Amino acid sequence: MSIGHTLLGLLEAGPRHGYDLKRAYDERFGHDKPLHYGQVYSTLSRLLRDGLVEVDGVETGDGPDRKRYAITSIGVTDVEGWLATPEKPEPYLQNTLYAKVVLAMLSGRRAEMVLDTQRAAHLRVMRQLTHRKSKGDLADQLICDHALFHLEADLRWLELTASRLGQLAEEVRA
Amino acid sequence: MRWPPAALSSAEAASGTDGSAVLLEGIELRKSFGPTLALDGAGLRLRAGEVVAVMGPSGSGKSTLLHCLAGILRPDSGRVTYRGTELTGLPDSSLSRLRRTEFGFVFQFGQLVPELTCLENVALPLRLAGVRRKDAENRATEWLARVEVGDVAGKRPGETSGGQEQRVAVARALVSGPKVVFADEPTGALDSLNGERVMRLLVDASKETNVGVLLVTHEPRVAAYSDREVVVRDGISREVELAG
Repeated sequence: MSIGHTLLGLLEAGPRHGYDLKRAYDERFGHDKPLHYGQVYSTLSRLLRDGLVEVDGVETGDGPDRKRYAITSIGVTDVEGWLATPEKPEPYLQNTLYAKVVLAMLSGRRAEMVLDTQRAAHLRVMRQLTHRKSKGDLADQLICDHALFHLEADLRWLELTASRLGQLAEEVRA
Repeated sequence: MRWPPAALSSAEAASGTDGSAVLLEGIELRKSFGPTLALDGAGLRLRAGEVVAVMGPSGSGKSTLLHCLAGILRPDSGRVTYRGTELTGLPDSSLSRLRRTEFGFVFQFGQLVPELTCLENVALPLRLAGVRRKDAENRATEWLARVEVGDVAGKRPGETSGGQEQRVAVARALVSGPKVVFADEPTGALDSLNGERVMRLLVDASKETNVGVLLVTHEPRVAAYSDREVVVRDGISREVELAG
């Protein structure tokens, strides 16, 4: 999953410190794999370098200075593009898709668009496999079937998610 | 997003953007059943030789959309045009004739007459159109062979397997030379292998005869036989066009 885009998406709700961002990320997306502080700050440095975030303020205290980061207009455009681009259809991409759906909801975008675009990308690959299957020998057919069943499982998850978007929106915004 | 489409000039509407003829089009269709809004501005466009999958969760309105486009249901508002003629104002008798002569139907199950043999079932649309028995049965025999169930011609539907019965239904849908086939969950009652066989035969036969197929399905592997998909949710249709 793209940590940079996910952090940018979280910053759309308002400026945050690196520590707050890590906590928000872990709470929503890091159940199995929380972020290391090093990952957060190296990612923020890269986003800063690329003009996708800016330093919104610095708090000084006893410890090291704490920078508060805000997303820039270029950063918003970058998130917009990421959400609108389907993931390459391959097994086990639900983490990224889940993050996209949640971030779309958090930012007031239409989460169905993320799912519909992904469905279209999956079906495009499934059509290619179905066509290849119709021309191939039995071995080719079986290989294509394996891929088709995996992609179909993804799509079934997408449909289930789509039918629960209302419920998910309530939980996300709670 | 291609839906809703921008207003078309009459020339574009007649030929479609890719040059093939637009056979059937629904625009801004609304339909309620009592207090339940089934269609809320849905629509789609079908061209000759094209297979379009209509997908969406149960209760999303996809079957209602198919029934409105096929002239089985009348929408409360919106337009359905078939080869440039608006269907929504036609009397029931004209719609009935259109369904008999221009459209073919394949449903999930229960569509064959149980008292008739498979051959008689396939010949039935031709007989209703006034074709002589011998000629109708000859064409029915050809179509049963084409969908690889020539051996069940003399059997009644109850004496065949589910897969054979659906292939007989495909033959019946295509025997009278329709321009559009409406298929509502045609493989819903079949296992994977039989479902794929039915889809392959339906799509191959339709492409060969330049028939447009409107395929309602919730199964992605069935939808993968289509050329493109339209998703219906809460009575609204949407089509995604990917770049590249």
